[in-house]
Amino acid sequence: MSSRLSKESILNNLLIRLGVAGIFLYETIQSLFIPPYSLNLLLKQILFVGARSILVIIIAGLFVGMVIALQFYDTLVRFGSVSLLGSAVGLSLIRELGPVLTALMVIGRTGSAMCAEIGIMRVDNQIDALECMAIDPYRYLIFPRILAGVFCVPILTAIFIVVGIFGGYFVGVILFDVSAGSYFQNMNDTVLNRDLLMGFIKSIIFGLLIVWISCEKGFNLHLDKNGAYGSEGVSRITTEAVVIASITILFSDYLLSALIL
Amino acid sequence: MIKINSQNVLEVSDLNTWYGDKKILSDINLNVSHKEIMVIMGHSGSGKSTLLRYILGLEKTKTGLIKLLDKEITNLNKKELYRLRKRIGVAFQSGALFSSMTVRENIELPLHENTELDEETIHIMSRLKLELMQLSGTESLMPAELSGGMLKRAGLARAVIMDPELLFFDEPSAGLDPITSAHLDNLILQLRDALNMSIIVVTHELESAFKIADRIIILDKGKIIITGNKKEIEKSKDPRIVNMLQRRAISNSIDAEDYLNRLTRK
Repeated sequence: MSSRLSKESILNNLLIRLGVAGIFLYETIQSLFIPPYSLNLLLKQILFVGARSILVIIIAGLFVGMVIALQFYDTLVRFGSVSLLGSAVGLSLIRELGPVLTALMVIGRTGSAMCAEIGIMRVDNQIDALECMAIDPYRYLIFPRILAGVFCVPILTAIFIVVGIFGGYFVGVILFDVSAGSYFQNMNDTVLNRDLLMGFIKSIIFGLLIVWISCEKGFNLHLDKNGAYGSEGVSRITTEAVVIASITILFSDYLLSALIL
Repeated sequence: MIKINSQNVLEVSDLNTWYGDKKILSDINLNVSHKEIMVIMGHSGSGKSTLLRYILGLEKTKTGLIKLLDKEITNLNKKELYRLRKRIGVAFQSGALFSSMTVRENIELPLHENTELDEETIHIMSRLKLELMQLSGTESLMPAELSGGMLKRAGLARAVIMDPELLFFDEPSAGLDPITSAHLDNLILQLRDALNMSIIVVTHELESAFKIADRIIILDKGKIIITGNKKEIEKSKDPRIVNMLQRRAISNSIDAEDYLNRLTRK
């Protein structure tokens, strides 16, 4: 009996959380229609989400491309098909690893910072202060972040993929003497527009999900009944935001792949 | 003694609020007139800040009526509520300044977002308000570089930058030394006289309340136990008010022998 009650209560809480997150997104979209529009706020967020993440993305992309090439080379060489190395690296980066790993890097670097920043603003009454100054916090705080996420994550993903392909080139062509022509020619033959579109759609949706989850957790910190409200609360919801966003990305990656393929 | 205008800028009637099953505010009835300084007092947890949040529309109520500057706020949609909030100012206990902005950027934010004034006019207005708060020279400092008193004054400067008709000030004296606290009290009186504002101050500082208030409301366990001016409060025989005036703690003394017995009980 008590286990049934507890299951019902978990389901109830989950539905409430989803409802609160849904209202948050609805309010954010609605704020799009409330002027004034500030290009400065958007540029500031693009700088934070995009420009300041480039170095991390380049480093991650390079090593991921190198390790994929290494693993695929080791497998393909057994079947005498090393000429397919470019296809294998390109397809895995463009379809799956590029969008997913870029999203996970953005969650760690940007999503956690956004969640903590907005959570602290909630604790320090700064969000209430915005409301009292007749400034819609959804328009002022959330909308520029969501737009920056949707705009920057696809660009970061593209950078990750390109750098990853060159990382693979370094391992395959320079270290293991795979022909440079076959590396790129096979990639060109097997990667279709549909694959590029899949990577692009995924990265846009991931950008939206990361910022939505991270900002919502910080913004609605006061509605969270699981523990302390102050600095401990900020620390808890930041961890939760990273975990929930990461799992959501992995789950939605499968869902999107299943839908598009 | 200031002559109080009969026109009310705030009316609250029959406000009852709950947090889950727990009743937080019970049968709250109050009104504030034009150019009046009303102080809401009570010890920690008495419901002062909760009452302020309901008056500001930060929390929604289904019972009672809250009329702010002639608008019934419980019926307003978001757009109407924001239009109304442009006519009020709120200074928060912590200052609630944005840590990534300088003092000037913080103070100018409501003007940038809510008006179409040119940059130069906005600078002049913020400079005047900073001078009024004796904060000249702090324009380019970050909030982290300000002292507690300066943070409150900067928060107050931001609250009055749009020359509101009604100003709310949450705990102006909390955490400040007596001199800074007295300075803030003088500022509140100056603002009423110079800018013709009605002011609602939430505090638990008796000395400050007696100095600035035209009328005082004392809350206890979410209920108003008295409304009146300084003399009426001082005359009250209600033990809760007498205790508060004499700064006595609520009686929870423990008999020493009983305490020892409880401590050594297995």
